[in-house]
Amino acid sequence: MIITIKGGLDKDGVPECVRSIDISSGEVIGIVGPTGSGKSSLISDLEQFAQGDTPSRRYVLIDGSPPETGMRHDPRRKPVAQLSQNMHFLADMSVSDFIHMHARSRGRDPRLLSKVLEITNTLTGEPVHGDDNLTELSGGQSRALMVADIAVISDSPIVLIDEIENAGIKKKEALRLLSGEGKIVLVVTHDPLLALMTERRIVMRNGGMVKVIKTTDEERRFCDSLFRVDTWLLSLRESIRRGEVLSATEAVI
Amino acid sequence: MKMVVIAGTPGSGKTSVMMHTVKNLQELGISPAVVKIDCLWTEDDVRIGRLGVPVRVGLARDMCPDHYSIYNTEEMISWASSQGADVLLNETAGLCLRCAPYPDRSLAVCVIDVTSGPNTPLKIGPLLTTADVVVATKGDLVSQAEREVFRERVVEVNPKCRIVEANGLTGKGSIELADLIKDSSDIDGEMLLRHNPPLAVCTLCTGELRVSKKHHRGVLRHLDGFTEYVGE
Repeated sequence: MIITIKGGLDKDGVPECVRSIDISSGEVIGIVGPTGSGKSSLISDLEQFAQGDTPSRRYVLIDGSPPETGMRHDPRRKPVAQLSQNMHFLADMSVSDFIHMHARSRGRDPRLLSKVLEITNTLTGEPVHGDDNLTELSGGQSRALMVADIAVISDSPIVLIDEIENAGIKKKEALRLLSGEGKIVLVVTHDPLLALMTERRIVMRNGGMVKVIKTTDEERRFCDSLFRVDTWLLSLRESIRRGEVLSATEAVI
Repeated sequence: MKMVVIAGTPGSGKTSVMMHTVKNLQELGISPAVVKIDCLWTEDDVRIGRLGVPVRVGLARDMCPDHYSIYNTEEMISWASSQGADVLLNETAGLCLRCAPYPDRSLAVCVIDVTSGPNTPLKIGPLLTTADVVVATKGDLVSQAEREVFRERVVEVNPKCRIVEANGLTGKGSIELADLIKDSSDIDGEMLLRHNPPLAVCTLCTGELRVSKKHHRGVLRHLDGFTEYVGE
């Protein structure tokens, strides 16, 4: 599968610098740019397969053609799973009722609930149970459940991720779970490690795509040491959380 | 002339979605005229008027706002026509969920807020179940899973409707809605409501203030569901 984004207009109505970009199965693409630069709007265009009918006037094509209407609207046929920035559920119902209903809307087996819960609980330290109420879950629990729901129930060839860092869950593990095998993955991120884990990254400014950067070999080599720094920072964060006093004397750079 | 009735729960974003749609209609070369019905007060006419389209406000005051809207339909149509409009956009006050103020030949649009939870579509009744287009707003505030569960619930109660995911802030969905309006049929001849308004008039409707049951006449329903006529 190849998806193509045909450039539209930025916030001032000026044509975007990037006129067209093709993304193939198995590729992980980053979307970077300052707050308000249009990253979430780009994700939203992809989620609804924009056909010149969104404020950006972009077109999103599958294998060179516009998707059929049913594919754009019916969750049973929609080939897109999206993790948005939301940290909480607003639906006042139990976890199991919600997952059952979501499975039904996607035409999936409701018995997948146990698998959703199993994966949720590998991502968060605080266990989530089927009879918990959605609105009572903590931010970390909600995010973990959203990730597991996308990996199991919404399992789709295209995965859109709107920021996975700062979610109180294991971000690398979550990205691995969501990416699966041979999927097209687009991830909005401010995190250097996640950005360098992608093959290319789209740079956004003022609502438009301004350039596409291919991750360089130098960046890739740098990524390994960055991962060690990130793991170290994460362990410090866990220590702080547990109420410990840090014993390191110097930050290693 | 086409007529669009935009109804929906208070605060769901009816006015914002409509204002984006007005701009998209103008881009399509279609001239809209807007009638905003409200209960006691509104300044939406000033907001909408900035778009350079004819706007008129109707305040229902003591009358049920949906009954008021239905009762004044002919007047709204002839006003819009005198303004040279191709389409009349009638935004209702959106309070009581019992009435569905949709004439059969209009395009019936129900605006509903996704953050109100997946049980809301079951609570709304004819306002939702008899609509042609259901505009689901504020979807950016919930997860994709919640949007899909909400959608499933809407389809459960209104299997034939077209669902448009919209955002009153960014304008998402308004082009789709403008296209649906463009393709809707013209109104002509005698129009019928799609759903009957509430059973009958009771003494409360005509201004009775005393709470006690003994003062009320009309077709009245008890807490246990028993319905009876009280009176001569």
